[in-house]
Amino acid sequence: MASPVLEVRGLTKHFAARQRLFKRGAAWVKAVDGVDFAIHSGETLGLIGESGCGKTTTSKLILLQEKPTAGAIMFEGRDIADLAGAALMAYRRAVQVVFQDPFSSLSPRMRVADIIAEPLEIHTQLSRDAIRGRVVEVLDLVGLPPDVAPLFPHEFSGGQRQRVAIARALATDTRLIVLDEPVSALDVSVRAQIINQLEHLQRMLGVSYLFIGHDLATVAHISHRIAVMYLGKIVEIADSDALSTRPMHPYTKALFAAALPSHPDDPPHERVIAGEVPSALHLPSGCRFHPRCPSAMPICSQVEPVLQPRDGNGEVACHLY
Amino acid sequence: MGGSGRPPNPPTPPGGREVRPPASADVRAPLSKDPHAPILDVANLQTHFSTFGGSRVIKAVDGVSFTLHEGETLGLVGESGSGKTTTCLSIVGLLPKAARIVGGEVIFEGEDLTRKSQRELRRIRGRRIATILQDPMASLNPLFTIFRQVAEPAFFHQQLRGRSLRERVQHLLRAVRIPSPEWRAREYPHQMSGGMRQRIVGAIALAGGPRLVIADEPTTNLDVTIQAQYLDLLKDIQRETGVALIFVTHNLGIVAKMCDRVAVMYAGKIVEQAPVRELFNDPKHPYTRALLGSVPKLGSKDPLYSIPGQPPNPASLPAGCAFHPRCPEAVPRCLTDEPEDFHLGDGSVARCWLLKDGVARP
Repeated sequence: MASPVLEVRGLTKHFAARQRLFKRGAAWVKAVDGVDFAIHSGETLGLIGESGCGKTTTSKLILLQEKPTAGAIMFEGRDIADLAGAALMAYRRAVQVVFQDPFSSLSPRMRVADIIAEPLEIHTQLSRDAIRGRVVEVLDLVGLPPDVAPLFPHEFSGGQRQRVAIARALATDTRLIVLDEPVSALDVSVRAQIINQLEHLQRMLGVSYLFIGHDLATVAHISHRIAVMYLGKIVEIADSDALSTRPMHPYTKALFAAALPSHPDDPPHERVIAGEVPSALHLPSGCRFHPRCPSAMPICSQVEPVLQPRDGNGEVACHLY
Repeated sequence: MGGSGRPPNPPTPPGGREVRPPASADVRAPLSKDPHAPILDVANLQTHFSTFGGSRVIKAVDGVSFTLHEGETLGLVGESGSGKTTTCLSIVGLLPKAARIVGGEVIFEGEDLTRKSQRELRRIRGRRIATILQDPMASLNPLFTIFRQVAEPAFFHQQLRGRSLRERVQHLLRAVRIPSPEWRAREYPHQMSGGMRQRIVGAIALAGGPRLVIADEPTTNLDVTIQAQYLDLLKDIQRETGVALIFVTHNLGIVAKMCDRVAVMYAGKIVEQAPVRELFNDPKHPYTRALLGSVPKLGSKDPLYSIPGQPPNPASLPAGCAFHPRCPEAVPRCLTDEPEDFHLGDGSVARCWLLKDGVARP
């Protein structure tokens, strides 16, 4: 297989938690703790997990909004920590983001044309006419007519705003788009439009996606591969089909058990795990999932499992296998 | 409760713990003795918003009818602006100033709630009808302890004090599976996780021993495993108490899991109402079919059906059937005439001209 567009090796981000007065020794929140994955050209990697599992921190590290504590992010074979000047700008052009809420991610004071043109003005030497032409081009890509260019975001519905955000992400020579829950804030009837549009764009342009979400069915639908995160670690990563048909890690199983049925006659899932995600400040010893795990063994509270090849394809970090 | 000086409500019957509130002395229609009578009967409810001094009228709820029996769960499904939340606010009489119920009735246990004064409604809300809203942090007061907030309905509606009040609160917290309730009752909302806060709101809703709970997207802000726990909890509570539930949601998965019957709303009207199995197996209205087809299903990579266009603006609805601009099956009649309710054999009711002659499918 060709070398990946983006590869993440041992990615780690620890945040210093507030220290108590007179109490030295910082506590660390291990938001992301040794994460490895790769995204290939034209591929969608889904990242699922509950709040606090580190999926948003991972995306911030990729978007250079946070600096990793350890580990490396390789973009087309080069460590992005070494990038500077023009090469850094090229990375920022190539990696874009679409956020969850299109009501807050678009400036209410800018016209749609200016919102989409902004990255072009910063990153390219295009003439004004060329920029205008490119704006119309990307609007067309996301299925919006050219006459929306002079409008303001408030004149659009949620789905159309999200199209504008996608158009902005596509304006430069984009290779990877981080999609942070891009459909969660939209009406149900509009979600399918956006998902289909994203899939269509990927087929047409060969762009890669990192799709962050918590709705299992949506993530499984759009992703080629899925990584499941729990408390800063990837506990299982595999092809979307393999993961949905045969989840192996007890946490992945629990996520599927908690997924809502698509029909009232779907057999009820037998067990939904109890309890809540523990605080990232006080991580459980051994396997981070063991306090909630229905199949925990003595070893689970002592030794932290590492990712190992699982049946079929992918990897799983669990002492059961 | 800190012996607060707030006046307790005027004559409410001295409440025993599990005593269902007997009728207060005011004038009310005699309760129907028919055990099959619905708890709630909403008939042709119309709630309009008027803006610009009445020059523009928005028909947020336009002729909504449904009934709900004891122990039954109705799912109210729709997109933003479809009128599902306004329907609920009309039932409990908590409409914003600009909105007014202009027609129809809301019969709850034999009484028409639309004719009640706010004072009478206050005695019903929190006791016989309770609500659970989407954002628990907005429903809880950050300055009061959990105890005070859970105790409030029992304090005002059932006049519990002292030890019996404390016991009642602990009983409620245990019912919603709050671990170590005697401890947790002394804490404040910010000390709880999102799932726990929503369970506290559930405890407050149960405090008055309600016959009807209206839950407006109660799990939207929760993680999937916490959502599953919460939904299971609501089901358990319903089984124990026989409370009737209205579940407002846009998530068809929640409907499949929780509801006995479903009402699909579009542009202020119920376009289809059916038992949950009939709705999923044989959706009658094109909008319902489109909604079901647009939801990704686990294990299927088939392209999703995408409904063209956007939900309509309630201020300027299209003529005829409000769904016709987005409907793949629209016929000329849909552009001009508004469809009426068509009753179909399997208990479904749908508003679509295609169903006129009992034909289920074009």
